[in-house]
Amino acid sequence: MSIFESVRMAVHGVLANRLRSFLTLLGISIGVASVIILVAVGRGSASAVQKQIEGLGTNLLTIQAGGGGFGRRASSSIRFTFMTTKDVKALQDKTAAPDIKSATPVVSASSVTASRDVATVTPDTVAGTTPSYQEARKADISEGTFITAADVTGHARVVVIGTTISQDLFGSSDPIGQTIKLNGANYTVEGLLKSKGSNGFQDQDSIVLLPLTTAQDFLVGHSGQLNQILVVATSPGTVDAAESEATAILTPNHSNSDGSAAFSVLNQASLLQTTSASTHTFTVLLAAVAAISLFVGGIGVMNIMLVSVTERTREIGIRKAIGARKADVLGQFMTEAGLLSVLGGIAGVAAGFVGGQFKIVGVQPVIQAYSVALALGVGVAVGLFFGIYPANRAASLRPIDALHYE
Amino acid sequence: MGGSPVADRVLEPGADESDPSAGPDSSPEHPLMVLTGVSKIYGVGEIAVHALREVDFKLELGDYLAIIGSSGSGKSTLMNIIGCLDQPTHGSYWLDGIDVGSLDDYELSYIRNRQIGLIFQSFNLIPRTTVARNVELPLIYARLPKAERRERARAAIEAVGLGNRGSHVPSELSGGQQQRAAIARAIVTEPAIILADEPTGNLDTASTRDVLEIFFRLNAAGRTIVMITHEPDVAAHAKRVIQVADGQIVADMRQAPVAGPPPAPESVSPEHLQVAHT
Repeated sequence: MSIFESVRMAVHGVLANRLRSFLTLLGISIGVASVIILVAVGRGSASAVQKQIEGLGTNLLTIQAGGGGFGRRASSSIRFTFMTTKDVKALQDKTAAPDIKSATPVVSASSVTASRDVATVTPDTVAGTTPSYQEARKADISEGTFITAADVTGHARVVVIGTTISQDLFGSSDPIGQTIKLNGANYTVEGLLKSKGSNGFQDQDSIVLLPLTTAQDFLVGHSGQLNQILVVATSPGTVDAAESEATAILTPNHSNSDGSAAFSVLNQASLLQTTSASTHTFTVLLAAVAAISLFVGGIGVMNIMLVSVTERTREIGIRKAIGARKADVLGQFMTEAGLLSVLGGIAGVAAGFVGGQFKIVGVQPVIQAYSVALALGVGVAVGLFFGIYPANRAASLRPIDALHYE
Repeated sequence: MGGSPVADRVLEPGADESDPSAGPDSSPEHPLMVLTGVSKIYGVGEIAVHALREVDFKLELGDYLAIIGSSGSGKSTLMNIIGCLDQPTHGSYWLDGIDVGSLDDYELSYIRNRQIGLIFQSFNLIPRTTVARNVELPLIYARLPKAERRERARAAIEAVGLGNRGSHVPSELSGGQQQRAAIARAIVTEPAIILADEPTGNLDTASTRDVLEIFFRLNAAGRTIVMITHEPDVAAHAKRVIQVADGQIVADMRQAPVAGPPPAPESVSPEHLQVAHT
C-alpha cells in the first residue's frame, strides 16, 4: 500500500470523528505551544535581567567597605573600616590606576522624607554624589541638568529627582526650578532623571540625588564615611585590570588582621555571568514543566487511538478479510497517529508564535528556534510512540475475531 | 512480494483469471479445493466443542456449491476455514494446489486478497466510505496502480448494476444495493472462489432475486461460487448442495453438472442466458 493511500486512509480516519480528533490534536498542540512559550519566557526574562545589568554598566565596579566576599571570613578577623574621599582620590590617580576612568563617592541617607506642600514621599534612594555618578550609573537626564562640580564645591542646595518622585510630588507639572523639602529643609529641583523602571528589587525611579557636600552637611554628617565608591573602567575589557588596581590601592588601608581585604568589589560582568547561569536553570525548569504537558498530550493520542481501534475492530476485520496485511493495518493506524501529532504539533507551533507575541507576567518572551524544532520533533515522536501500541493491537487482530466483534 | 514462492504461485493467472469467458476447466484431476479430515475444536477438555468433525470434500472449478444447515451445524465454521479466516484444528485444506495450513500471515493475506472474494450476510462495507472506494480497496491492498484500480472497480460496479451509485456511501443505499456493492468488491480481484455467507439473509425477496441473478451470471461465466444459506429455495439455485449437521456432511446432492449452466433463477429470462453464454 503506497504512502499516499496510507495518508488518505488516515485523513479519512481523522475526519471521521472530527471533535475527537480535534481534542486529541489539542493535547499535543498545548504541549508543543507551552514548551515554546515557556522557553521563550525563560529566555525573555534572562535577557531582561541582562539588559538591566548591562544598563548599570558592564565596566562598572562597586566597592563597599566590610566583608570581602559574602560572609566567608571568621568574624574575629574583621576590622571595621570605611571608605573615605581619600580613597576616591587615590583611585583617581592615573599613574597608580591607569585602567580606572573615574571613581565616584556615594553617601546614602536612609529614612529621608521628601515633601512639597501636603504631598509626602519616602524615596527608596537618597544619595549624595559627584557629577561622575551620571556616567557610572548611566543616570541620563531628561530635563534640567545633573549635579555639577560647582554644586559640589559650593554645597549647593539642589537635587536631581527620579520620575516616581516627580510624579508623587508634582503630578504632571514640570518640577524643574521648583522647591521640595528633604526632612523639612528646602532644595531646588535642578534636574529630572530618565525613567529606568524597576530592576526587579526596587523602583529605580524612586530616587533623589544631591551634591556630596550638601548631603554631608544636612543628611549624613561629616564622618567622611562613604557607602560606596563607583569605579568605572576605561573599557569593558579592562574591568579585571581596574579591579586589581583598585584592590591594590585600597588593601593597605583596608585590610583585616589576617591581611585580607576588608572591602568588597562587585564586578558587574561577573554578576552578569552568575545571573545568566541562574536564568538558564530557570529556563530549563520551565521547559521541563512544559515537557510534562507534551507527554500528557502523547498519552491523549494513545487513548484516542485505542478507542479508535476498539471502535473500528469490525472495519479492521473487513480490511483483513479482503486482503489487508498486518503491515497495511499497522501503517494505516500509525499514519493516523502520526497525522494527529503532526497537525497538533503545527497548531502548537502556531499557538506558540502567537502566544510569544504577548507579555507574560511582565516578561516579553523571546522565541528560540531550537525550542520550536525540539517541541515539534518531540511532540510528533511522542505521538508516534504512543501510537505504536494501539496500531500494533489493531494489526494483530485475527480477522475472524475482528469480523465477529460487536 | 515477488520473493515469496507462494505469492508467485498465487500470482500466476489461472485460466479463469485471464479469461473467465473461456469456460471453466473442470477436470476432476485438478479440483480447486480439497478438504481432508478437517476438524475444528473450540476450547479444550470437557468444555471442548467440536464444530467440525472430519469433513472431507472436493470442489471443482466452475462449480456452484450451496452449503446448507441449521444454525450451530458448523456451516459458518466451514465457511471461515474455506475463506482462510480461520485455521482447522486438524486436517488439511488445499486451495488451487496450495496447502493453506502451511501459509504464514503474510501469505494468507495474499490468498484472501487474490483467491477469495468474501460476501457477508451483513454486507460489511466500510462505513463513511464511498462504494467506489470500498470496491477499490482489495486492489489497493493488491498494490495495483491507480488507473487500473479505477477501471476495474468501475467495471465491477457496472457488472452488479450499480453503475450510478459509485459515489454514494453505504448508508445512502438500500440493503440490496449494499449487498451488490459487496459483491462488486468480492469480484473485483477476479478471485478463484466467491464465498458468500448467507448473502440473502438480510434481504427482501426482490433483492434476493437480484443477488441470485448476479450469482447466476457469474457462475455461468465460469466463476466458482460457494454459498452458505439456510433457505432451501436459495440453495435450489446451486449446482451442488451439501448439507451440514453436527459438524459433519450428512448429504451431498448434485442438482446440475459442473460443466453446464446453473439452474436458472426465475427472474433470468432465456435471453439473459443467451447473453451470459456468448
